[in-house]
Amino acid sequence: MIGRALVVASALALVTAPAWLASPYHLHVLIMAGVFAILALSLNLLLGYTGQLSLGHAAFFGIGAYTSALLALKLEWSFWLALPSAAVAAGLAGWAIGRLALKLRGAYFVLVTISFAGVISLVSINWMELTNGPLGLPGVPPPELGPWSLRTKTAYYYLVLAAAALAYLVCHRLVYSRIGRALVALRENEPLAESVGIDGTRYLVLAAVVSAALAGVAGSLYAHYTRFVSPEVFLFTYTVTMVIMVIAGGKGTLVGPVVGALLFTALPEALREAMAWQWQMLAYGVVLVVLVFFLPRGIVPAITARAARAAAGSRAMRPGAAPR
Amino acid sequence: MLVVDDLHVSFGGVTALAGVSFVVRPPSITSLIGPNGAGKTTAFNAITGYLRANRGRVTWDGAPLAGRPSDIARRGVVRTFQKTSVFPALSVFENVRTGLHLRGRAGVWSVLAGARRVRAEEARLAETAREILAFVGLDRRRDEIAGELPYGEQRLVELAVALAARPRLLLLDEPAAGMTGAEKERLIGMIRRIRAADVTVLLVEHDMKLVMGVSETVVVLNHGRVIAAGAPASIQAHPDVIRAYLGSSSAPA
Amino acid sequence: MEQLLQHLVNGLVLGGTYALLGIGLTLIFGLMSVVNFAHGEFYTLGAYAAFAVLALAGWPFFAALAAAIAAGAVLGALCERTLLRPLRGESIDTVMLVMIGLWIAMQNTELLVWGGVARSIPHPFPTEPLTLGPLNIAPLRLFVVGAAAALIAAAWLLIQRTRLGTAMRATFQDRDTAALMGVPIGRIHTITFAFGSALAAAAGALLGPVFLAYPSMGDLASLKAFSVVILGGLGNLAGATLGGLLLGVAEELGAGYVSSGYRDAVGFVAIILVLLFRPAGLFARAERIG
Repeated sequence: MIGRALVVASALALVTAPAWLASPYHLHVLIMAGVFAILALSLNLLLGYTGQLSLGHAAFFGIGAYTSALLALKLEWSFWLALPSAAVAAGLAGWAIGRLALKLRGAYFVLVTISFAGVISLVSINWMELTNGPLGLPGVPPPELGPWSLRTKTAYYYLVLAAAALAYLVCHRLVYSRIGRALVALRENEPLAESVGIDGTRYLVLAAVVSAALAGVAGSLYAHYTRFVSPEVFLFTYTVTMVIMVIAGGKGTLVGPVVGALLFTALPEALREAMAWQWQMLAYGVVLVVLVFFLPRGIVPAITARAARAAAGSRAMRPGAAPR
Repeated sequence: MLVVDDLHVSFGGVTALAGVSFVVRPPSITSLIGPNGAGKTTAFNAITGYLRANRGRVTWDGAPLAGRPSDIARRGVVRTFQKTSVFPALSVFENVRTGLHLRGRAGVWSVLAGARRVRAEEARLAETAREILAFVGLDRRRDEIAGELPYGEQRLVELAVALAARPRLLLLDEPAAGMTGAEKERLIGMIRRIRAADVTVLLVEHDMKLVMGVSETVVVLNHGRVIAAGAPASIQAHPDVIRAYLGSSSAPA
Repeated sequence: MEQLLQHLVNGLVLGGTYALLGIGLTLIFGLMSVVNFAHGEFYTLGAYAAFAVLALAGWPFFAALAAAIAAGAVLGALCERTLLRPLRGESIDTVMLVMIGLWIAMQNTELLVWGGVARSIPHPFPTEPLTLGPLNIAPLRLFVVGAAAALIAAAWLLIQRTRLGTAMRATFQDRDTAALMGVPIGRIHTITFAFGSALAAAAGALLGPVFLAYPSMGDLASLKAFSVVILGGLGNLAGATLGGLLLGVAEELGAGYVSSGYRDAVGFVAIILVLLFRPAGLFARAERIG
């Protein structure tokens, strides 16, 4: 009951946010939190459910951003066509990485994803004719909806909110289905999963495709919001931020990454006055270490575990619950 | 019928299987026995796709059994593992529900669309999971975390997961290991009922009383070769079998 | 032809330091199963330690190299004791996350201490290049190759010829058996991590004066070290040495004949290709079975 009330209250708060937020700047922070929530959900699909860490996730984000920006700028496609194209382009890249790395697990998977991101980033810097190199692509147009242009922060906020809600729904449906159970099975015990007919290759590739496509959507939203895309979208900092959001919020849960995204977008902004960004990044590193030591399962599982103990009713572990 | 024909497996220079041939006729309970290191688990691994044989072939239902373990499971050949193997962080119920993978049809698009038939299928699968849990006697444990159960019950979870995959040939690798006497009795009853449901069982087991009591056919391996095959009574009297087991800790009687 | 020779020589200079980085990482990765994403930060540490000792304290160049090695070893040992030892037995992924955290923390500490401006590290060598027939080589670069070769030889002797090295190799082969034989695994781990970090710091101190020292220099160094480890095969010292030289030469040739913008892509592509087609490394004699 309390859980449901909390969900309704948060949903209400999010929907009415533009009305009660003091300044456009706060709305900007919330828009970025929405973009990062999609990214964190996307990374969580791989890291939390299949157990494979992708450290090249910024590549899918960047591919989405560049695809969308280039289609809008060079071919003058509408945002509503560019966005799904960005998802498809990033999804294709995810498919390629999934196919390539399907035999690799753990550290080797990480290294292939990180190398892939490295190559893609270098391409974005060096392929001047297409990407304009380090100068980037300015003037990405804002989306238009009928006669309206979604160039106000409020309008864009609702667009991002809708996209994040959709991403959440996609993850929710996948996770609570036989597909989600197959992913968790591969994380928990791959030989056993294979023995009951779960094709590891197929499901890991599927998870990589969906995850990459979602990151591509986030990239497109980012491009049309900031109206500018440069090789900085491939910065490793983005990937690290996503990882921290997922780990801190709670990998292998659906709410965790969203909470992580809100927290780790809002917190640095709140601390911006008090703290230089170098200190923030330093704090990120320390926070990651501290989390692994003291809150390995993340914030959301820790809270739900406490709530469950308080309610003294031991109910079934959710299919996506984090391991140990 | 499962036909294992001239199976050779070697690791580096060590030969684990040196031309093993035997058949398992459905429906039956067949046991694969032999002293430690005879190649029983290796044979299981080769049949179920966890290991590539250097030579020889395995057919099931007249068609070669090949590919990845998941391909072989799709043909109705499902195995358990010698070392207890469950999905440790999931509840007993979720373990079984995960094992039902092949009984579901829902694909990505229908799942994403939240189709009605997906929901109907989920309800049906949950019901099947409950039936299987009742069958192995774990219904009261359904919400407990599988990895935290006592050993004997984890073996039952493993059996339930394998049954969930709807086997027509079920390979059980030392299912009674670590079980108490009472648990073994219940296991024997379950194996008989599985057989009665037209599932063929191939058993690797060290408990000779269990093997001789439950099996219709026994195949004896030693040093990677079949040294005898036949009804339990004839196996117990077989001179080669007695010789193979002499000096080893587990006598075949 | 002359150009090719020049590229080869430059590649060997670079490759020598890559080999140092790779040897350190392959020991840590192979022996401790730690995916050390902070490895490049010890390289950065070495460069800044050299900068501090040379430019600020005004000590001689060799003292700077020694100081860098010492700094790497001490901080490495400290990190192992505080971060890695409590996590022994945890999954490789958990440890990897901690190392990512350490990486970010170290890099931003360096940024806070030294600022974002690249520092040029002074060195005592004449800047006039030596001319050997058709080749031009800066004396500093010559020194870097020589020092790297000496350090690699020292590492080799330590691993192959000393009791400590025997214990390390035994731990690499089979940790449990080594423990049964009385090898103090905990201490071996500390020493291995300190040793690997010291080699990375040495590479930073050597290459720092050739290029520049800046806080994010470790990112690429880490990835290059991983390329070298993967090229050479896990825990393979000779492989890491050859892999380092190969990567250095390949980068020089790639930058010279293909496109200088894609210099750093060579290492990435090497990781992807080797993991896909020869996961045991280029120099693995035979695949291990079973």
